[in-house]
Amino acid sequence: MNVTSWTFLMVALSFALYLGIAIWSRAGSTKEFYVAGGGVSPLANGMATAADWMSAASFISMAGLISFTGYDGSVYLMGWTGGYVLLALLLAPYLRKYGAYTVPDFVGDRYYSQTARIVAVVCAIFVSFTYVAGQMRGVGIVFSRFLEVDVTTGVLIGMAIVFFYAVLGGMKGITYTQVAQYCVLIFAYMVPAIFLSLLITGNPIPQLGLGGVDQASGMALLERLDGLSTELGFAAYTSGSKSTLDVFFITAALMVGTAGLPHVIIRFYTVPRVRDARISVGWALVFIAILYTTAPAVAVFARANLLGSVAGRPYADVPEWFTTWEGTGLISFDDANGDGIIQYVGPNAVDGAGAPIPNELTVDNDIMVLANPEIAGLPDWVVGLVAAGALAAALSTAAGLLLVVSSAVSHDLLKRALRPDITEKGELLAARIAAGFAVIVAGYLGINPPGYVAQVVAFAFGLAASSFFPAIILGIFSKRTTREGAVLGMVLGIAFTATYIVWFKLIHPELNSAEHWWFGISPEGIGTLGMLLNFGVAIAVSRFTQAPPPEVQRMVELIRVPRGAGEAHEISA
Amino acid sequence: MESSPPTGESTRREEEYWRRNVRYLAFLLAIWFVVSYGFGIILAEPLNAVTIPGTGFPLGFWFAQQGSIYVFVILIFVYVVLMNRLDREFDVDEVSDA
Repeated sequence: MNVTSWTFLMVALSFALYLGIAIWSRAGSTKEFYVAGGGVSPLANGMATAADWMSAASFISMAGLISFTGYDGSVYLMGWTGGYVLLALLLAPYLRKYGAYTVPDFVGDRYYSQTARIVAVVCAIFVSFTYVAGQMRGVGIVFSRFLEVDVTTGVLIGMAIVFFYAVLGGMKGITYTQVAQYCVLIFAYMVPAIFLSLLITGNPIPQLGLGGVDQASGMALLERLDGLSTELGFAAYTSGSKSTLDVFFITAALMVGTAGLPHVIIRFYTVPRVRDARISVGWALVFIAILYTTAPAVAVFARANLLGSVAGRPYADVPEWFTTWEGTGLISFDDANGDGIIQYVGPNAVDGAGAPIPNELTVDNDIMVLANPEIAGLPDWVVGLVAAGALAAALSTAAGLLLVVSSAVSHDLLKRALRPDITEKGELLAARIAAGFAVIVAGYLGINPPGYVAQVVAFAFGLAASSFFPAIILGIFSKRTTREGAVLGMVLGIAFTATYIVWFKLIHPELNSAEHWWFGISPEGIGTLGMLLNFGVAIAVSRFTQAPPPEVQRMVELIRVPRGAGEAHEISA
Repeated sequence: MESSPPTGESTRREEEYWRRNVRYLAFLLAIWFVVSYGFGIILAEPLNAVTIPGTGFPLGFWFAQQGSIYVFVILIFVYVVLMNRLDREFDVDEVSDA
């Protein structure tokens, strides 16, 4: 069997598994559709959350990104894991105690205001759509690279699969499918990583191999990589080139954004009790950390391999994987000086006379994970496994996001705002139609992505950080926060963050450099400032407006105590 | 909203429970901040002068790409243990609900 048939087999097997689970776990009620009946075990919910969270970007692109940015890539590692500490300590248990179905539900009830609810609904839909577009694109790319169909066909196949289990099963179907998807994706990520680690450092555990000894040179791997990098005119791998302040702000925006993303928060409504919500976040982070501590190791192995076995070598004797991936355009060599040697150098590279040396090699971030099995010389079935893993990562995230969109429409807009008298059956049907519609929009965005996908993702985090996070935290920790304070805080926080990002990313991309940024904070990190603005405005305005009604204050007191959580339910506020 | 404590003013016991909870949070979040923003970002450069014995890890780099993540996981589980104990102490746990 060749690579393509192995890939077809692996992908078909994994899809059959997801569909089987979807049929077994159909949702019969709105409660099953929105929160899986509220009866998911903390361990299963942790695994599902991990799959929900880790997207095509985590699986395919992150290691590559770290590989090329070295220390600066730490913002993603810390940012996308540290948010779970905030989630566990500040959000999940209280939101579970409150027992709503959605994030706008809580915001609307706590701030006794339809305006707050609508603002939250709009944010939830916007954040989720920007995110999901990237996922569908990821699905399309995997299909086109591994199965040799074009991107559009790939996206359509992905849409059909997600449509089937998200619309049929709702949160219940999604949760159990995500458990399976986690197993597929983590296995697919770890197998090549372990073999690469053995190959380069002789240690089977990638996390230890990262700090191990490079077998080829006998030096510490990181030390050798730092040496190679500076020799070739790149920044040293273990120290960054971004300013400390910017790294600080980006990390904070990603952490807070993570804790404020509706598709992550909503997962903790599915467990039976408050104590389950707490430990469930812990399990989620354990499952996420397995991949997130492996990624920097994969990044270093791939980088060392690229600098050691490709840079400065004659084009005629490049390794076989190089030639295979050249066909996809992910790696390309342009022999500017016609000497047949691959000059792979950084921006600081100069020759003996001090003239800059041109770089001749272009490498796409994504190649680092996708080409790993071939770099490590692994059998063909591992390549198929990686394709199935990448699809699992993209599909599980897409499904979780689509559920947020469908519940925002059917529950928050229809049931709680426009048509309170809608029947359970009618609401369930509306949720399914909304999910179906969301899949189609997501597919369209996947085929025709708006601008550059990575830029829109910065948007999603910035917006979540500057809107939901402060509103929810203050809602729990400060009884005195009023409707006026929260709404004004959210609106100003988002408006500020969105304006800054749109200005530098879309209107004036040519000005997008440190000397034009405020205080040297990049658009990726501006969500942190937006969040601080939101907190400041909300607290200040609350002091000058009438205190929340006593029943709302009492509600906050009850949220703080675990007993009496019961199941996720409808609130009559 | 359905719940066991009767509606009315929050009791002194509830307030004490909440104060203890907030104290745990402050303590755990201080560690969270120090390992990531402190060791992993602000002090990363000076800490990189130290290599973890027996490995090739510069300390600041290790905190930024490995250590902080391990500490995050531990923090959540410590929080779970502390809160479960606190819930029992104040008799607000959910064993009876399950």
